[in-house]
Amino acid sequence: MTPSGDSANRAIDVHGLARVEGEGSLHVAVRDGVLERVELEIFEPPRFFEAFLVGRGHEEPPDITARICGICPVAYQMSACAAIEDACGVQVPAEVGRLRRLLYCGEWIQSHALHIYLLHAPDFFGCRDAVELAGLNPAAVERGLRIKKVGNQLMEVVGGRAIHPVNVRIGGFYRAPSREEITALIEPLKKAREESLETIRFVATFDFPDIEADYRFVALSHPDHYAIEAGRIMSSDGIDATPMEFAAISVEEHVQRSSALHARLRGRDPYLTGPLARYALNQATLPQTARDAAAEAGLGPVCRNPFKSVIVRAVELYFACDEAVRLAEEYEPFEPAAVPVPPQAGTGAGATEAPRGMLLQRYELSADGTIKSARIMPPTSQNQLSIESDIRQVVEAGLDLSDAELTARCELAVRNHDPCISCAAHFLDVSIDRS
Amino acid sequence: MTMRPTLAVWKFASCDGCQLGILDLEDELLSLVGAVQIASFTEMTSAVIDGPYDVSLVEGSITTPDDADRILAVREASGLLVTIGACATAGGIQALRNYADVGEYTSTVYAHPEYITTLAESSPISSYVKVDFELRGCPINRYQIVEVVTALLAGRRPVIPGYSVCEECKMAGNLCVLVAHGTACLGPVTRAGCGALCPAVNRGCYGCFGPADTTNTASLARRLTELGTSERGISRLFRTFNSAATEFSKESLEHDA
Repeated sequence: MTPSGDSANRAIDVHGLARVEGEGSLHVAVRDGVLERVELEIFEPPRFFEAFLVGRGHEEPPDITARICGICPVAYQMSACAAIEDACGVQVPAEVGRLRRLLYCGEWIQSHALHIYLLHAPDFFGCRDAVELAGLNPAAVERGLRIKKVGNQLMEVVGGRAIHPVNVRIGGFYRAPSREEITALIEPLKKAREESLETIRFVATFDFPDIEADYRFVALSHPDHYAIEAGRIMSSDGIDATPMEFAAISVEEHVQRSSALHARLRGRDPYLTGPLARYALNQATLPQTARDAAAEAGLGPVCRNPFKSVIVRAVELYFACDEAVRLAEEYEPFEPAAVPVPPQAGTGAGATEAPRGMLLQRYELSADGTIKSARIMPPTSQNQLSIESDIRQVVEAGLDLSDAELTARCELAVRNHDPCISCAAHFLDVSIDRS
Repeated sequence: MTMRPTLAVWKFASCDGCQLGILDLEDELLSLVGAVQIASFTEMTSAVIDGPYDVSLVEGSITTPDDADRILAVREASGLLVTIGACATAGGIQALRNYADVGEYTSTVYAHPEYITTLAESSPISSYVKVDFELRGCPINRYQIVEVVTALLAGRRPVIPGYSVCEECKMAGNLCVLVAHGTACLGPVTRAGCGALCPAVNRGCYGCFGPADTTNTASLARRLTELGTSERGISRLFRTFNSAATEFSKESLEHDA
């Protein structure tokens, strides 16, 4: 951080934003007491996934795109499978869908517990990391690690590995786990579900800045359940689209400061995906126990305070544990573990809800399955403009704060959205300029 | 209290998955940070202690001119430098650019290629600086991190296998998917360390730990041909997450139609 200038003119630069996934920085410039510029810069080196997928086989995207992000590989695998299956006109059986949802619950549990306890909570206690927080509140950090571990165990049992699972393929899985393997997860998941209720109570006590943003929410939505692995893409202003249709109405802009493309909807303002969007659009499909816990934590039907996203994330953590218990209890092994996905010439798109927001992939295939073009829209590139807009609001409301306080609040405002810069580069270091 | 060794974690071009492995050590994490002082680890903490560092763990490959300079500074500030994962050790999946024209890649992904500064190749850390120890895998096996740190604290060499996945697979009691099912499997030429995860789910190994210490990739490729794998299929098998590792690179070029 390099703050400079008097309070009417200042520059805050945070180079190397901590506790986010990947590398980025934030620059804020204030001139004559007026906010002039907020820029989120992503200097994560480009890795060119959309380019080297071209020429690969249609069975390869789940393994290859997983490597975009170590935090949410399942989201990449699931969106890739959905897109390729769409292109090939294949619908997977219901039992494959249920096992995919169970695996995805593991990723939500692991990623949400990581973000709540290790990346986000330290900010609310003025700590630099979870280790410092563990000095103040060891019980909380240990609880977070226990919940996170159960998420990882679930991913290991269903996916074969927590980071970059090996058991996922287009059409289904390489092997459906045995009933015993899944049953052994039920008790740990029930314990994690109990501890996630404690998590909701814990985060509800945090001191939240009083800021509300006028978000346009976009999330996957499903009539029967809280959408994770399947659904239509809905928005708070009336969009109701298939992933293929959504890909057609969204545009990605390339700006000089960022190796991540900025997504927006043609002719519309920026939008937000992630926990706040899912909760606002889909909370009617949450089980009653999750809605009760949300109400007890003071959440209304819509939460527009980005700092309170940690409460929504905790509610989703509870939901993911509860859903995983249900799916595990109802699980029956099945054969074959995958259905064939013969290639055909065509185009397909798939969207699923990564822990940090909607993730869309679109592929064009030739008749033998060779990939002719690939498009990947990670959640963070869709959220980038909304994050900048949040920061503008935070700075305007906090011009009387010291540079150190304002910088801390800006960093927190970025972390609110659990950005994954590794994903988006295809992002964090903060700079505030008041000169 | 005695001085704890300082540990720094650095990221270059990567997915963050290997450093996430450290945060995934749920049972060991608080003991680990008791045994070493985390001096720099951006994904975990905003606290930064100035170098020099006793041990640096480096994730990611070198793909930009800035990163090529930064790794020199990391080397300079580090006592021992350990690379973690396939990107840092063998260039990673992003080394697929090494077989293509990176200019074309840039225009495929970005509307303004002139905003993007990138090197023609994605290279392992050892192409730029001396590396003291390498951990393989896409991702690493997180318990290998515990072994490396424990060994360094005890002043001994880490015990990390250099033999192939086949040995690990036999120890795990898996059925051989190549022999029994005729499934294409890179296990015979791939370094152990994952726990033979793929054969355990009836899948052939896809080589994410890179080449074992001794390999005969040509012999395996012949067997894959007999089993009906196409030339393009063989080339693709060797050309994924460790495509810049010498043995895998060579074999993938042999079958690059």
